[in-house]
Amino acid sequence: MYQFNYERPKTLADAEALLGKADDPKILAGGQTLIPTLKQRLAMPSDVIDIGGIKDLDFIRAEGDAIMIGAATRHATVAQSADVKKHNPALAALAGGIGDPAVRHMGTIGGSIANNDPAADYPAACLGLDAKIHTTKRLIEADEFFKGMFETALQDGEIIKEVTFPHPEKAAYMKFRNPASRYAMVGVFVSRGPWGVRVAVTGAGQNGVFRVNDMEEALSKNWSPEAVAGIKVPATGLNSDLHGSAEYRAHLVTVMAKRAVAAAG
Amino acid sequence: MPVVSMTVNGKPASADVEARTLLVQFIREQLGLTGTHVGCDTSQCGACVVHVDGRAVKSCTMLAAQAEGAEVLTIEGLAKNGELHPVQAAFREHHGLQCGFCTPGMIMTAIDMIRRNPGLDEETVREELEGNICRCTGYHNIVKAILAASQEMR
Amino acid sequence: MSDAASGEGIGQPVRRKEDYRFITGNGHYTDDINRPRQTFAYFLRSPHAHARIKSIDTSAAEAAPGVVAVFTGKHVANDGIGGLICGWTVTSKDGTPMKVGPHPILALDTVRYVGDHVAMVVAETLADARAAAELIEVDYEALPATVSLSSCQDGKAPQVHAEAPRNTCFEWELGNKAETEAAFAKADRVVKLDLKNNRLIPNAMEPRAAIGEFDKGTGIYTLHTTSQNPHVARLVLSAFVGVAPEHKLRVIAPDVGGGFGSKIFIYAEETACVWAAAKVGRPIKWTADRSEAFLSDAHGRDHLSHAELALDKDGRFLGLRVKTIANLGAYLSTFSAAVPTYLYGTLLSGQYDLPAIHVEVDGVYTHTAPVDAYRGAGRPEATYLIERIVETAARETGIDPAEIRRRNYVKTFPHQTPVIMNYDAGDYAASLDAALDAIDYKGFPARKAEAARRGMLRGIGFSSYIEACGLAPSAAVGSLGAGVGLWESAEVRVNPTGNIEVLTGSHSHGQGHETTFAQLVASRLGVPLANVEIVHGDTDKVQFGMGTYGSRSGAVGMSAIAKALDKIEAKAKKIAAHLMEAAVEDIVFENGVFTVQGTDKSLAWAELSLAAYTAHGFPSADIEPGLKEGAFYDPTNFTFPAGCHICEVEIDPDTGIVKIAKFVAVDDFGTVINPMIVEGQVHGGIAQGIGQALLEHGVYDADSGQLVTGSYMDYCMPRADDLPSFTLGFTKTECPSNPLGMKGCGEAGAIASPPAVINAVTDALGIREIEMPATPARIWEAAQAATSRAAAE
Repeated sequence: MYQFNYERPKTLADAEALLGKADDPKILAGGQTLIPTLKQRLAMPSDVIDIGGIKDLDFIRAEGDAIMIGAATRHATVAQSADVKKHNPALAALAGGIGDPAVRHMGTIGGSIANNDPAADYPAACLGLDAKIHTTKRLIEADEFFKGMFETALQDGEIIKEVTFPHPEKAAYMKFRNPASRYAMVGVFVSRGPWGVRVAVTGAGQNGVFRVNDMEEALSKNWSPEAVAGIKVPATGLNSDLHGSAEYRAHLVTVMAKRAVAAAG
Repeated sequence: MPVVSMTVNGKPASADVEARTLLVQFIREQLGLTGTHVGCDTSQCGACVVHVDGRAVKSCTMLAAQAEGAEVLTIEGLAKNGELHPVQAAFREHHGLQCGFCTPGMIMTAIDMIRRNPGLDEETVREELEGNICRCTGYHNIVKAILAASQEMR
Repeated sequence: MSDAASGEGIGQPVRRKEDYRFITGNGHYTDDINRPRQTFAYFLRSPHAHARIKSIDTSAAEAAPGVVAVFTGKHVANDGIGGLICGWTVTSKDGTPMKVGPHPILALDTVRYVGDHVAMVVAETLADARAAAELIEVDYEALPATVSLSSCQDGKAPQVHAEAPRNTCFEWELGNKAETEAAFAKADRVVKLDLKNNRLIPNAMEPRAAIGEFDKGTGIYTLHTTSQNPHVARLVLSAFVGVAPEHKLRVIAPDVGGGFGSKIFIYAEETACVWAAAKVGRPIKWTADRSEAFLSDAHGRDHLSHAELALDKDGRFLGLRVKTIANLGAYLSTFSAAVPTYLYGTLLSGQYDLPAIHVEVDGVYTHTAPVDAYRGAGRPEATYLIERIVETAARETGIDPAEIRRRNYVKTFPHQTPVIMNYDAGDYAASLDAALDAIDYKGFPARKAEAARRGMLRGIGFSSYIEACGLAPSAAVGSLGAGVGLWESAEVRVNPTGNIEVLTGSHSHGQGHETTFAQLVASRLGVPLANVEIVHGDTDKVQFGMGTYGSRSGAVGMSAIAKALDKIEAKAKKIAAHLMEAAVEDIVFENGVFTVQGTDKSLAWAELSLAAYTAHGFPSADIEPGLKEGAFYDPTNFTFPAGCHICEVEIDPDTGIVKIAKFVAVDDFGTVINPMIVEGQVHGGIAQGIGQALLEHGVYDADSGQLVTGSYMDYCMPRADDLPSFTLGFTKTECPSNPLGMKGCGEAGAIASPPAVINAVTDALGIREIEMPATPARIWEAAQAATSRAAAE
């Protein structure tokens, strides 16, 4: 790691102020992606602003027909939350399947979506559940938030405060893990709710999470695994590496979508 | 350099360290507690697992500063008055270790897993070990040891 | 025997003596050790697979904060320090010796693989060293690299070493070509198979580490290092590399966190640390991070083979011919030339009565990390080849895979194969039968049908393996090109209080020697296990020894201890006879008590031990004071562990995911000292074998020579949920060539399991071939291809 200044603000306002002052700051929430990146000397921030100690960012609230999750809420907390399990069991299951137990004890929802790793799980939940991302500056729809590999709509100095997930009627997430890294090689989140039907795919695309319109249309007409069984996403634009070709990933999107619909019931 | 203070195995620990100091470096280099190991640099092998405020974390993927004020438990802090923790005892009884290098992380992970999962079964143990790599045992006896310890601790 | 009754004797699952320190965090691995005033080393490594170094400018690095010194290949060469060596010379079929390129500690003018050592920075902290290394300016002229095994000899591929035209280190053969041709000429059927044995990266969980020290006052160097064989390291560093005279170099291998072969070898880093410690006058510590380990540990396997098996009309094997290209990487490592030759070709008879065998092996250089012994070393490659082609023969002849094996097993012993080995004992049908029972072979069709109803493809695969262990008779290996003898040494020291230290040349890095060796001693001398201490891993404490690899520590290391114990008993009896005023022939030693036959005179072990050192009234001409004996044991033959592994898999055709439904291993290791530890060795070996078959692959980019699988993000290590619990069984034929009847168990699992898994996978898919590792993607592609073939037919 290169040298950096470290700050651990207690409030969001302090965090914003520190971000404003620093030359080239990085926000650290749980650190499960940022710290490995720093260790590999792939980033050289002037300041690391640790928002993990801001109490106001660590909460889960069920209000009305949605669940609000604070940005610094750990994956394990989401996975074990009675509210999340009750209203959005697919989301709880997704959080409970990120990384490994130790990673889930540190990693946060805000960190995950702000980083927008193309193989991360939470972006699929956000896009697949029509989530709203609240930041220190504005509200961003999930559809507008994810801009490509490791890119989001966040601006400099903007901090995610919370993510709102409306309750789905039906939802499930199915993940095919990369055998080595255990990140999603293909993860498909399907849901039906007030927003209609959504199918969001993570892991497979070169530009990160994306929706599959053909599948959404088919499921809108007929919510059943068979409805998506015959729909293939084009292999163009999907990742291809030693773990599998783009064609294989395209095939897995269909298989995982089918299984997710079956699991959602 | 910032001063980082925490409680490690029940004793206060404090040191002036660079901000970039990892928790595992603090434990091994500042405190000389070398039971916690480093086996990879991509946060996957789990040889470095310790408990921070009662939860298993990878001490190679956490800054020491993030543990400011926390209660940290390492492998050295498990046995009380010379008596092994039931998970330590089970690893020996069921030959859940060979070279011993991954063992501290395995044991710390196992304790955390048993805490969170009453009524563990083999499949759950194997899934819960996703973040801990062992090259010697083929996991067979590690799984056996954890299941036995979870029975013991019920 | 009392010790057996108390649960500590031979054959008892004694809990390990070494465990307490490991489960309480009190082990002492090399990186846990810190020396006063120590500095830290960081190695600048080549980013290119092949490049000419036009210049190296270290001035900015030398001026960087905390830097103590920066060394390059020139400094090493100026000090007259030699390069690393290969301790085994293989001779080509034309009679010429293998062609060896230089292997400098730090590169001089050329780098030959990504990770090759370019410079060493020594600094006050590791962070300082690493930061300074980024300031070293190396002007490289990047050159095209040779990566592919299939084209590296075509004459157009870039040369790795000028000394080795066509990148060919040796063209070796074994067996009888004419007889083999004749066997094929009269065959009713010839089965052909092309095979790749995938490159593996060992990944002991403790990365390699070293601390070099120099004492100016005495001129003594000390090296703490992660070694499986510290004496061999000292010998190579002194006699060949020339770092220090042997008597002025102490090598200590403390607790070592797994080796699997990768810590046999003498590497550049520890050599540089010990050499440079004298230059800077302070201890130098180096610990690899995992990424460095991926780049610079010696890799394993990496063969490309074509095999043909000749059969008669009854499915009896008539002959085998094999052509293999074996990757040696960019430089020869310590034992690399022996692995694809004498540890491979000699095992190609498998468990079978195969009258004619001819094997040709080309050892080739590529711009990749050196390849050397990895758990099994040559024998897994041989077993994979023979067990894959036998399974293919079964399918092509329609003979049941168990039956075709049974029909061809060697059934009488000793059995001389056409490829050097003389099998001394075994009962291959017994292990097959036990394995068939354990897996419920008769019930397989029903299980397959049931799986099919769930949409799953179930398959079963066999592997009847044999290995040559107990390495090895010194005369035999000497005649085959080894630069060393492969005996082992032991010294048994009985202290005046009667407790015992055993100094062994074997090294324990997970095998549990501190327990099993003590079991032997306790059992022989009738003393409690707690009174026996096993000492190993320090050249200052222990007499010369050859170390631990090749499943040799039981069969060879313990045999040396047994031999020393014979001497201890003989001398103790002499002392007892003197003390009890009896004839030596009348002394009986049992359960730790000496008695005079036919009398009530007796002497306890502790009394005798004390008397040995008080030595009052010893007739000085006949009895020297003290009770300490040493022995060197040189085996008279290899040992031949063998057995049968059967794997049952279920494949999800939609995803290509393979689940190991059941894995049965029945092994014959001869005498077993501690079944708990032996089972643990088998479990670990099987896991590594399943890893090779389904998960692990060291991959270099075909053009750039960059290591694609350079971390656990891409190199797939077996995890707990990739594996099942294993079902083990044992049969026993004692090894006739050593006093304990032991054969060795450390590598069997890794040798036997890959073909069992791949035979099961191909059975499930109804296909002939699939490459290892059979990843989900490859399986899905194979299933797709099979489906479209079926549709076309």
